[in-house]
Amino acid sequence: MQTIDLEAQGLRHLNATLHAQAQETNQTSWEIVNPRGSHAIACGLDAPIEVAVKGSTGYYCAGMNKQATVHVQGSAGPGVAENMMSGTVIIDGDASQYAGATGHGGTLVVKGNASSRCGISMKGIDIVVHGNVGHMSAFMAQSGNLVVCGNAGDALGDSIYEARLFVRGSVKSLGADCIEKEMRPEHLEILADLLERGGSDAKPEEFKRYGSARKLYNFNIDNAY
Amino acid sequence: MKDITENGPPRTTPIQSATFSQNVNAEIRRAAATGIYDIRGGGAKRKLPHFDDLLFLGASMSRYPLEGYREKCETSVTLGTRFAAKPIQLDIPITIAGMSFGALSGPAKEALGRGATLAGTSTTTGDGGMTQEERGHSNKLVYQYLPSRYGMNPDDLRRADAIEVVVGQGAKPGGGGMLLGQKISDRVAEMRNLPKGIDQRSACRHPDWTGPDDLEIKILELREITSWKVPIYIKVGGARPYFDTTLAVKAGADVVVLDGMQGGTAATQDVFIEHVGQPILACIREAVRALQDLGMHREVQLIVSGGVRTGADVAKCMALGADAVAIGTAALIALGDNDPRWEDDYQKLGTTAGAYDDWHEGQDPAGITTQDPELMARFDPIEGGRRLNNYLKVMALEAQTIARACGKNHLHNLEPEDLCALTLEAAAMAKIPLAGTDWYPGKPGTGY
Ligand SMILES: Cc1cc2nc3c(=O)[nH]c(=O)nc-3n(C[C@H](O)[C@H](O)[C@H](O)COP(=O)(O)O)c2cc1C
Repeated sequence: MQTIDLEAQGLRHLNATLHAQAQETNQTSWEIVNPRGSHAIACGLDAPIEVAVKGSTGYYCAGMNKQATVHVQGSAGPGVAENMMSGTVIIDGDASQYAGATGHGGTLVVKGNASSRCGISMKGIDIVVHGNVGHMSAFMAQSGNLVVCGNAGDALGDSIYEARLFVRGSVKSLGADCIEKEMRPEHLEILADLLERGGSDAKPEEFKRYGSARKLYNFNIDNAY
Repeated sequence: MKDITENGPPRTTPIQSATFSQNVNAEIRRAAATGIYDIRGGGAKRKLPHFDDLLFLGASMSRYPLEGYREKCETSVTLGTRFAAKPIQLDIPITIAGMSFGALSGPAKEALGRGATLAGTSTTTGDGGMTQEERGHSNKLVYQYLPSRYGMNPDDLRRADAIEVVVGQGAKPGGGGMLLGQKISDRVAEMRNLPKGIDQRSACRHPDWTGPDDLEIKILELREITSWKVPIYIKVGGARPYFDTTLAVKAGADVVVLDGMQGGTAATQDVFIEHVGQPILACIREAVRALQDLGMHREVQLIVSGGVRTGADVAKCMALGADAVAIGTAALIALGDNDPRWEDDYQKLGTTAGAYDDWHEGQDPAGITTQDPELMARFDPIEGGRRLNNYLKVMALEAQTIARACGKNHLHNLEPEDLCALTLEAAAMAKIPLAGTDWYPGKPGTGY
């Protein structure tokens, strides 16, 4: 286990050190102390390393992550794991706005609640939120899965494409073109796997599935002529 | 009297309304038939105050010219000197603007890379991500960071020579992108992670930041991911150039890209193209004033675009205080877009060479703004690259010719004092004296 004191050693040192970890590094385990809400902690990682952040983070923690496992032992500011490609990001506390925004892959787990626009424009990432998500979550979500074990706020899945949304509790309102969909056996299977990976003991049967009505996919043109 | 009894009383000749012109009426009929707004490519087609409304004064008793094409007149420019460890050095201050793969074919992107590289300048990706064709053929490639984040990934980010955060575009400040179903081929769909054949609308605002304070942190993240190596540009549409430039600098930009309303687009509502944003002529001095007020003129470089066509336009931009220009539409025309050689095909599409702007339909006779393999095959990227290089060279030579006539040994030494304006509008917008006077509307100390 290597320890980096962010307050003492600075952000550039922290990220440069983590970026320098090659694919087959021996230094697989890192601990970041004194994060104190700093921005851009452990962003752009590309190695199969494990990074534990001992406290809460600011904006864009683990942004564009590849391969690494980043575990925030606190809460995360806006845009945590934005545009993640692969790997795993776990937040013990709550996540602010835009958690997992535009993520292309990997798994984001939020043990607390996630604020508005969770999974906005997601492109393949899997997100498991143990608590609730705020308004406009999964806005323009393209692909991947968003699992909400609590409730969802207003306008869930507005202008959604092909992402799958699973919500256990209530949905305050659905956004444009987002509808409830039938939960078929294959969805229960996908959901069971997501819940397991997300460390949740919720039962797949308790969830409802939402997705695109696909009515906004093409312009509505009067072709009478 | 005899005439009246034979022909009836005199009548007025039929008069077309200037308000309800033929074009306006045709658009009303089209809207009534289809129930959808007109979508098209290109920039504003209406007549706007533009660079043609400015003239250079040239040398005279008080100014000493440089000799035609022998004496040195530098054209190089370095972009991104503020924070980047590796600023971009260009031989000419004419860059290729961001145009998306999806809107353009792979070979067209390749040609832009080839031409720009031959001419010693940079090219830019666009919505839809970075293609191998363009990375491979572009010596200097600027990677756009757009609201849609299609194809965005850290590997391409690190392969880029600069990053351009797109906040807005001159053709549609406040609007997102469009790519209609006809052009969402398998490859485009895969790169964008979207279903094939849908009418796709890219977001108009970024998903994970909202204002300049957030953007400052976003830029910190991008710099951390790319180890502070490459310059970060911020591109804005010509909306509020003074404040937009000020805020871009505050957010940490190395370079501000300012795109006026004439700027081309691949596909946008016509109403947006023609009615939102300011002409580039009205934007440049305001952006320069913002940089000067911050003590950042020439520290943060300014690239301007929107209707740049000739070396004269380039020289005028530089004289107004820009560090470089970007071209989109002109580069496509150099490649062969709207070429009269395809007139028969344009006629079949109900249009004519020069007016063709239905780029979103993917039926481009010149094979440039299409994903149709047969049409794409009409376009040769090597020949296209050669043509673009020639055109860029000519623009640079023209700009040098003017600069020498004004006694300048570097394009950057051109200054507002080298110009006069032909119209009151241009004088007011560019803050350049009306020809024959030492006055422009709003000139400080003149009272009006
Ligand atoms: C076919 C086409 C595609 C474009 N795609 C993009 C894009 O993806 N991103 C962007 O910021 N601007 C895009 N633009 C705008 C250009 O970057 C640039 O701002 C504009 O073309 C400059 O004006 P000009 O065409 O008059 O030279 C596009 C323009 C054209 C013509």
